[in-house]
Parts: sequence; structure tokens; C-alpha cells
Amino acid sequence: MTASEAIGPATGNSTEAALITAILAGDRDKFHLLILPYEGQLFRTALALVKNSEEAEDVVQDAVLKAYRKLGSFRGDAKFSTWLIAITLNEARGRLRKDNRVIVDSLDEQREENADFTPAALTDWKEVPLAALERQEIRTLVQQAVAELPDSYREIVTLRDVEECSVNDTAQLLGISVGLVKVRLHRARLLLQKKLAPQLKRASKEEKNRRGGRSWFGRLSWL
Amino acid sequence: MALNCQHVWDHISEYIDGTLDPQVRADVERHLAHCEICSAIIDSTRNIIILIADDRVFELPLDFSKRLHARLDDVLKHEHPEPV
Repeated sequence: MTASEAIGPATGNSTEAALITAILAGDRDKFHLLILPYEGQLFRTALALVKNSEEAEDVVQDAVLKAYRKLGSFRGDAKFSTWLIAITLNEARGRLRKDNRVIVDSLDEQREENADFTPAALTDWKEVPLAALERQEIRTLVQQAVAELPDSYREIVTLRDVEECSVNDTAQLLGISVGLVKVRLHRARLLLQKKLAPQLKRASKEEKNRRGGRSWFGRLSWL
Repeated sequence: MALNCQHVWDHISEYIDGTLDPQVRADVERHLAHCEICSAIIDSTRNIIILIADDRVFELPLDFSKRLHARLDDVLKHEHPEPV
């Protein structure tokens, strides 16, 4: 868990509202605290669109500065995190548009019609524990699978499964219907399963062989 | 209704999110009780969703936060938020 997560949910909306009021009243330094819980979320959102770590960092910096300048226009009826993500998505899209790297939904839709959304058939699945992510190899497999998704699916998976936005918030952020969010999320998850499940299974088996039959779980308890 | 594997696959995502209609959910569960393949597909999909949500997958670049707050500091020193 990161430090920002530790203070994130615990601070709650009322503390956030109090921070915003204080900042607008002149206690500007409090803005550092206000955005601290969301840095990771904003980075991953930006990365899902621009696909480049350095550029994603620039996007987040610009988005956060914009959020500060426009703080007076934030309305409490939306969650502050959703508002920040919306600004970040806009920044990222602005860059893509400028460089003609626009996400073209219609092309993705054509691709959708021809794509194969059949999951990888397995006869058994041994859970890959979160501890496996300590291995660079496993992290790389997961990163690559997400990176290789079609753009509109990567956006959905990032907002919904990585950032854990609700289906409704995701629909609002992307300006598409709840139905389309569900369809794309479903397909994106199947594409991830198809690609990753066999790879993870293989990596898990190799690890087991290397460790002389000791599983990730076993290794953890042993440590 | 008895579902075949393909029907079950159509419901994987909503099954995992717990948003399926209770009747459909019961049909899916009846199928899963005897289908090893669909059970493994659902377990692996759920497992993958948990893995991709972990912070370690998309780690922040080194000193990301330091650079962000330094740049922010420059602005905070000189600018108020814009008047509404």
C-alpha cells in the first residue's frame, strides 16, 4: 500500500471538502494534501491513453495544475477523484488530438465485430497470488497484456478494473452509455484472460519447478 | 434454463461483478457446478482482474511525486485558483 492510499479513503469526502474550502480561502499549500491520494490513479489513467510513461507524467502535471486553477468550479455533486480523472482524460486526449493520435472509436468498433472474444479454455486454475507480482516477469506479462488491448478497451479496463471506478462513473467519464461500458469491459476482460491465463499458468509451473515444487504461497510462509 | 458453455461465457464479466439477474446467476452457477472448464475460465478471469488492480503492475516512475509537487509548488507560490 502506498502512503497516498493510506490517507485516501480514510480522509473521506468531508475532509476533502474542508481542504477545498481552505484552499479557496487562501491556504493554498493544502492543495498538495488534496491531490496526494490520487497521484497513482491519475498516472495510470494518463498512461492508458498516451502509452508512454514520461508523457503520462507530463499529462498528470498539467492536469493537476489545471485542477488547481479551476478548483473554484469543482462542484461537490461529483466525487473529487472523478473530477480529477475527467481533467486528466481531457489533457491526455488533447495531446493525442494534437499529434493526430486520436482514439477512433469507429475503427475499434469495426475491429470489435471481427475480433474473437472466446476465452482461453483451461481445465483447472491455480490461483496466482498477489505475491507473484514481486517478480518482474509477472509484472511485465500483465503490463503487456493491458498495453496490447485496443485503445477503447484499455481505457475501460483502466478506469473500471485498475482505478475501480463504478460502471456509471466510467460511462460518464468516457461519454458512452452504461451498456457500452459493460460490453467493452466484458470483451476486454475476455481478451486479457485469453492472453494472460495461459502465460501465467506457464510461469507458475516454471516457478514451481524451479522451487522444487514449492508454490508461491509456500514460499511466502517459508519466508 | 440449462446453459451451454458459450452462454456462460457471455455472462462472465457480469457474473464476476455480481450484477447478473438472480435467475441467470442461478443458471450460470448450475452450469459451473459440473463444468470444470467454465469454472477455470471464471476463476482465472477473476484472478487476472485482481492482479491488474495491484499498484505494483503500473508503478509510478521514480520521484514522480517529488517532481509533481515541485512543479505544483511553483504555481501555488504565485497563483490563486481562478475566480469562478
